[in-house]
Amino acid sequence: MTQVLPIFKREFFGYFRSPVAYVFLIVFLVVSSGLTFYVGQFFDARVASLSTFFTMQPWIYTFFISAVGMRLWSEEKRSGTWELLFTLPVKIREAVIGKYLAGWAFIATGIALTFPLMLTVGYLGDPDWGPIFTGYFGSILMAGSFLAVCSFTSALTKNQVISFVISVVINLCLVFLGWSVLSDLISFLPVSWIDALSNFSYSTHFEGFSRGMFIFKDLVFFLSLSFISLLLTVIILER
Amino acid sequence: MIEVQSLHKRYGTINAVNGVNFEVNRGEILGFLGPNGAGKSTTMKMITGFVRPTSGNVLVDGLDVQEHPVSVKKRIGYMPENGPVYGEMTVAEFLNFIADIRGFNDPTQKEDAIDHVCDLCRLNSVRHQSIETLSKGYKQRVGFAQAVLHDPPVLILDEPTDGLDPNQKKEVRKIIRTMAKDKAIVLSTHILEEVTALCTRVIIIAKGQVIADESPESLLQRNKHFNALTIRFEEADLEDVKNGIKKLPEIANAEINNGVLEVFPKNKQSIDNLILKTCRDNEWAISDFEKHSVGLDKVFWELTA
Repeated sequence: MTQVLPIFKREFFGYFRSPVAYVFLIVFLVVSSGLTFYVGQFFDARVASLSTFFTMQPWIYTFFISAVGMRLWSEEKRSGTWELLFTLPVKIREAVIGKYLAGWAFIATGIALTFPLMLTVGYLGDPDWGPIFTGYFGSILMAGSFLAVCSFTSALTKNQVISFVISVVINLCLVFLGWSVLSDLISFLPVSWIDALSNFSYSTHFEGFSRGMFIFKDLVFFLSLSFISLLLTVIILER
Repeated sequence: MIEVQSLHKRYGTINAVNGVNFEVNRGEILGFLGPNGAGKSTTMKMITGFVRPTSGNVLVDGLDVQEHPVSVKKRIGYMPENGPVYGEMTVAEFLNFIADIRGFNDPTQKEDAIDHVCDLCRLNSVRHQSIETLSKGYKQRVGFAQAVLHDPPVLILDEPTDGLDPNQKKEVRKIIRTMAKDKAIVLSTHILEEVTALCTRVIIIAKGQVIADESPESLLQRNKHFNALTIRFEEADLEDVKNGIKKLPEIANAEINNGVLEVFPKNKQSIDNLILKTCRDNEWAISDFEKHSVGLDKVFWELTA
């Protein structure tokens, strides 16, 4: 695993070599705080917590992380650099992990940059810091799973648009499964089935974190989803 | 250094590479020739471990590429076709990345290696420019620099001079030649004169199979006109001359064609002096004396068409 570091470094700083990274960060921050304040009615709730901010996260990630992740492997395939990369003394899994971790670190940077929201609730009221910290932790963990799915879809094709669309669809499904609206729609099914389905959802497993609970099951869900997606990425790239 | 054993690669129903065998030793520069789609690049990609063969083996330094991919890749410097590089990086950043992956841990050693290839490939003036802003010639040289950074015993170059201007081509060839002494080099090219100028051995590959594996010299000798002469006489009975020349033991054949005499040597030997001397001795006055220029193009065309 010694080769993960150079790949991580190249990829992580690579984000900042192009203007796309800055555009992404700015739009992400504007959208996530905008949705919190306007759609989430942050002030009307009159509660010093970030729960409205966190409820929006899975929906925002569906699009934003797919946008970050679509180029992960598609771009390498399109430009032919994967041929260079895979003829260097690097194991495919090292490359997959290195690039994934770099993307994750980049997204984590974006999430961390929403800290003014935290300051806002701290200034305006006396929030319970527990849910805020577990929420941020869960949020970054969940972002990792979104990105791992993107890593998988971008390994499938050299076309970034196709990669984006497929990852949005998969991620959206994984969000939808836990959405109350969907549970109502399929309420004719036995409750156990609905429960089982919603167990595959980001939202279901993120809820605990956003409420300040650290549930081991949720941690395992996100980690195993990431692991499986990355494993699929390696398998596809190894052909 | 490189052993390729009955290598096959099938894409769906297409046999891209169909039973290729050859060996390359240190000190050899092997030219890989063939029409587009003949399987040159695929074979090279299998040597470098990028493409998995359907069957057959590649051994580099005695190690199987499929079994020891990382050890083999450490021994190989590979320049893929069109020299793909990370365009958003500067030349220095890119070479630094390659050096990190190639395991240069000592910073001064790394710096030295990068300085060396920048000098070698004349990249110093563009070191801090991002690669995507460079001209094709420079990009190609960055790809080359990347391949030789760790001074590998095996170099695989897929069309290293493609897209370069004539001066740059000459320069790259010069670099390759200087490095050839202790390396096994395989390069593919479309340019036939490059093979004669550079390679110690040529493999012609067509439809996935090796159809010739020999020195450029002996490949040239496959041309019917190799060392043949065309002579026009001022005043001489052509029939007499023909019969006189045909008697010489070194001559395989002589023919009259449109008032000129064509002389073909035995064993493709050079007969210029012999013929000139014979004509002088017999007082056959020559008005025009021409040696056919034989290029590889004709041989190549005959073999692959």
